[in-house]
Amino acid sequence: MRFSGFRILKEGLTGNRGWSSHWRDPDPKPNYDVIIIGGGGHGLATAYYLATEQGVKNIAVLEKGYIGGGNVGRNTTIVRANYALPGNSEFYSHSLRLWEGLEEELNYNVMHSQRGIINLFHSDGQRDYAARRGNQMIAQGDDAILLDRDGVREILPYLDFDNARFPIYGGLYHKRGGTARHDAVAWGFARGADRAGVDIIQNCEVTGIDVEGGRVTGVQTTRGAIGAGRVGMVAAGRSGQVAAMAGLKLPIESHILQAFVTEGLKPVIDHVVTFGMGHFYISQSDKGGLVFGGDLDFYSSYAARGNLPMMEHVMEAGMALMPMIGQARLLRSWGGIMDMTPDGSPIIDRTEIDGLYIDCGWCYGGFKAVPGSGNCFARLLATDKPHPAAARFRLDRFRTGVGLMDEEGTGAQHNLH
Amino acid sequence: MRFRCPICGERDLREFTYAGVALERPAEDAGNAAWEAYVHLRDNPAGETRDLWQHSSGCGAWIVVTRDTRSHEVTSTELVGEAS
Repeated sequence: MRFSGFRILKEGLTGNRGWSSHWRDPDPKPNYDVIIIGGGGHGLATAYYLATEQGVKNIAVLEKGYIGGGNVGRNTTIVRANYALPGNSEFYSHSLRLWEGLEEELNYNVMHSQRGIINLFHSDGQRDYAARRGNQMIAQGDDAILLDRDGVREILPYLDFDNARFPIYGGLYHKRGGTARHDAVAWGFARGADRAGVDIIQNCEVTGIDVEGGRVTGVQTTRGAIGAGRVGMVAAGRSGQVAAMAGLKLPIESHILQAFVTEGLKPVIDHVVTFGMGHFYISQSDKGGLVFGGDLDFYSSYAARGNLPMMEHVMEAGMALMPMIGQARLLRSWGGIMDMTPDGSPIIDRTEIDGLYIDCGWCYGGFKAVPGSGNCFARLLATDKPHPAAARFRLDRFRTGVGLMDEEGTGAQHNLH
Repeated sequence: MRFRCPICGERDLREFTYAGVALERPAEDAGNAAWEAYVHLRDNPAGETRDLWQHSSGCGAWIVVTRDTRSHEVTSTELVGEAS
């Protein structure tokens, strides 16, 4: 089933009775060439690019819950390429270019909206840093515009420019940044992978990884044993538990990150706006809800819900930046489980076990990486060679100290990012 | 979460600073693998964990907290020097 304007018109006139399921619901086969553990955005994208770009045919994605039920369906949906360090810079640039062609590639409306991101700054030092960051983005081939105070006022007139403590000095404007509809990204990749022959198996939790003579041979699941030539672990916050099944210990701590949505409002915030003096970022969804988030709660957790102090901090930061949102009522909040690495940058690499690969450590920034991560991990799984855009995401960089990507400049140890 | 500081009594989470999982520090000559495990590698349990917190906005004491990462239930708090 291909989507088109004509098809929508036709279905609209015939009672919408012609739509079918977006993907099949197959039983697991006894063997696959490649098994992906984890049916989130990254896992589905990996399967999609494996089946299409890399030409691997016999693939399964094993998901313990349902498609779109994890972090991919619960995030602040921001898509951007504004990183500074070698490694991150080329990777997110690659990912953003994939985003820009994604809807045509998948024949699916993921509602990718390049509405622009403005990172505000509030001091001379922050302005210097924003200028440097902007130059780094331009040098990578992406876009950045340094706005002064009046420039920001022109596009974001509703901000509190003269806040006594955090006056706004200007902002770094990344026009190609924006948002996308998170569920649609999961559904689009699931449908694309399914159409390319991938078996997407939901309600199938992996309970063991079979290793013989230093080589992976398959997995044990709640739906029986499944053999595999290669296995990719893409389990986000649960990476530690999955890797432990193969006897591996990861440089990962799982932390909680909260985000919030208000009731639906008329269009009021047209861009993605980030505060420079506290952790707060906001955009408005197409349904009208203000979607915003803050920093980690800063303790390890799998509770999938946070505590009140960070919620209070986020609300205070929002009120300091744009007092107009104080009238909006909060509808819901959630806490995602984030796979935090010591340096705050991800891992796409082989493991010490032959045929076992890992894609994890996306910290609190995994959504924008979905196409890039899938694309690069698929290349690694298919060819055993890293994609050039992800060649620095090495698992051993913490042990060797070579190639650490501490984007925030706070250090390469746990609990600093 | 609220923690019972062994010195000050039960206090709000805001008063405490998280310092990561409570690990045994290897000997200086323990070798690279032991130090790699100490600095970077984590069990990252979904369940009971023991971590270090400082009562930074209170008495400043370092505390070993035993809690469940799935429910945020705190089962014990002990001063670092008295922790078993």
